[in-house]
Amino acid sequence: MTETQFDFQANIRKALANRQLRSNLSFAMGSMTAKRKAIFSDAAAFEALRAQGNAIRRRALLQLPELLERLEKKCIENGMSVHWAETTDEANRIVLGILRDHHARRLVKGKSMVSEEMHLNRFLADHGVESLETDLGEFIIQLDGETPSHIIVPAIHKNKQEIARTFHEKIPNTPYTEAVEELNAIARKTLRRKFYEGEVGLSGVNMAVAETGTLCLVENEGNGRMCTTVPPVHIAVMGLEKVVEKLSDVPPLLRLLTGSATGQLITTYVNMISGPRKPDEKDGPREIHLILLDNGRSRILSDEQLRQTLQCIRCGTCLNHCPVYTRIGGHAYGFIYPGPIGEILTPQMEGLDKAGGIPTASTLCNACEEVCPVKIPIPDLIRRLRNESYDPNGSVPGHGFKRTFAEAAVWKAWALVNRHRGLNALVTKMAPVLSPILPRLGPLEAWTRGRIRPRFSQKSLHERVREKGIKDA
Amino acid sequence: MPEKSRERILRRISSALGDRRNLPSVPAPLQTPPLSREEKIEQLKTRMTAMRSEVHVVPKGDRDALWTDRLKTIVVEKGLKQMLYAPGTPVGDAVAAAWAAGDAGLPVLEPYDAPVETFKEALFSMDAGITATMGGIADTGALILWPDENEPRLMSLVPEVHIAVLDADRIYESFSEAMEKCVWADGMPTNALLISGPSKTADIELVLAFGVHGPKELVVLILT
Repeated sequence: MTETQFDFQANIRKALANRQLRSNLSFAMGSMTAKRKAIFSDAAAFEALRAQGNAIRRRALLQLPELLERLEKKCIENGMSVHWAETTDEANRIVLGILRDHHARRLVKGKSMVSEEMHLNRFLADHGVESLETDLGEFIIQLDGETPSHIIVPAIHKNKQEIARTFHEKIPNTPYTEAVEELNAIARKTLRRKFYEGEVGLSGVNMAVAETGTLCLVENEGNGRMCTTVPPVHIAVMGLEKVVEKLSDVPPLLRLLTGSATGQLITTYVNMISGPRKPDEKDGPREIHLILLDNGRSRILSDEQLRQTLQCIRCGTCLNHCPVYTRIGGHAYGFIYPGPIGEILTPQMEGLDKAGGIPTASTLCNACEEVCPVKIPIPDLIRRLRNESYDPNGSVPGHGFKRTFAEAAVWKAWALVNRHRGLNALVTKMAPVLSPILPRLGPLEAWTRGRIRPRFSQKSLHERVREKGIKDA
Repeated sequence: MPEKSRERILRRISSALGDRRNLPSVPAPLQTPPLSREEKIEQLKTRMTAMRSEVHVVPKGDRDALWTDRLKTIVVEKGLKQMLYAPGTPVGDAVAAAWAAGDAGLPVLEPYDAPVETFKEALFSMDAGITATMGGIADTGALILWPDENEPRLMSLVPEVHIAVLDADRIYESFSEAMEKCVWADGMPTNALLISGPSKTADIELVLAFGVHGPKELVVLILT
């Protein structure tokens, strides 16, 4: 999907035509936005917390080199191994290397967007390793051979009838049941055995604390704890922007994350891992490997405005509040990160020439900015990326990909007309005569599909003002 | 030696930032009025009950007699068959002493006293596990656990019922307060945990379902 130019228009048309999908999404997003609202009901307290979250994230990014080195040092002191990967391919190879060192053929996985970014499951399958998703939502979509539709609730686009059918068809000896409790019990039974047998466990990281070398993982199900505690080896993958300075940064960010993501004061489990099993301890992994992934993040950091993209704590609330996401769902976006955050993150990671269409899927209604717990000005960044799409002198990879000769010529002509008085007067006279006979082609055709075609007035504003007896400047 | 990814990444992010950096200061959180001991207990109980934990506030009693009596009632009512405990810990020893007095229908006590590699099968078949806690957090309704060599990590995760014992004097108003008062930054354990209820998920149509991978029930005994 990411290798070739994906057809965003076709994806959108397909999603909009899927009544079931739209109804599933509309129900789910309505419920999630209501829950978030209930948790952050005190506006003053929420604003104070957001200001705190924003400052913590900005401070961390501005000290990123120092914090990463401190995190590495602390983690090594605590007995972990730290690996650095410039690309997703390098990160995948590090994971495979660790698995091979332990002759492991099976991996149990907790939910991790970075591992989705790496297309880790596909990579491991190509190298003969079974990689099993254990988060219930991820487990469901893995059975169906899909990618997550949402960064927090990956199977949000499916209803229970669809899930019941998947379980019945894909898990041996499973009767068809639509009872949610029973579907959970089926997953529990299937996955318990896998935790028990797990050779290596993999997780993401919600935040890593440089001060103490601590990896924080937030979850409700307990599968994340299983993956990071039962198998003898734990691999954690994280985008390098996820580091924070101090342990005291964790509580406010945690509150913002859980409140925004699922409308919870706190998740069932907040797992803080600072090292592998000590010699006298009876459980916990004997080895912990932390993989720090760049994959374009260092480049995003170099632009002061676009850098704000990296403040993201992956709560997914901008998706829930986006009028576009709510109607088309995550798969239409064609890349791993959907919705408003995906619109600014994906084109910077993949290049505008590949993913530059995504930032057009926004009405710039500002809902995403209003709810963002760390105050990322998403609409500003969307506008910036749209501009970069036409700018031959831009800085984002793939910039200027939309610039066409015809369009450049039109704007050149526009500039010329507006600089010369006589020319301007002539064109103003000609516009009402010529515009009705312009053929509906290309952008004009697309633009007028949902809008009324404008008609030029017979008289210009200047003429009308003069007629009123007011002296024209 | 060729330059490694680590050096390349660090060099890139250093040059991306330049050396003129104005660090923003982090504003202080809004202050809330302090809570009394009773208010903290009440708030913790309310929040945890809302997340479907079972909370019992019970006096410790002379030689732990009162709370272990309550514990016996609870485990018998639940019909638990075996219960994992941590010998050598105050909670583990109190339970063992209470059980030694003998009562009909109590679950068999199983010590977690061997490495998980030799104990896995027994562990995965346990009905219940009982652990101590490092404290509680009132404003979110959560328990703090610091597993160690005596009380391993999986005791609070694998058995179907997790019973946690909390000293009412160790309930903090917030996570931040707990971190500050106990100076967590000076030394973290291999694994610290906040636990706010039984394992749950809402991945299917956002319907909340409990016990998907971890314990199906969380029972909290707050000792006053």
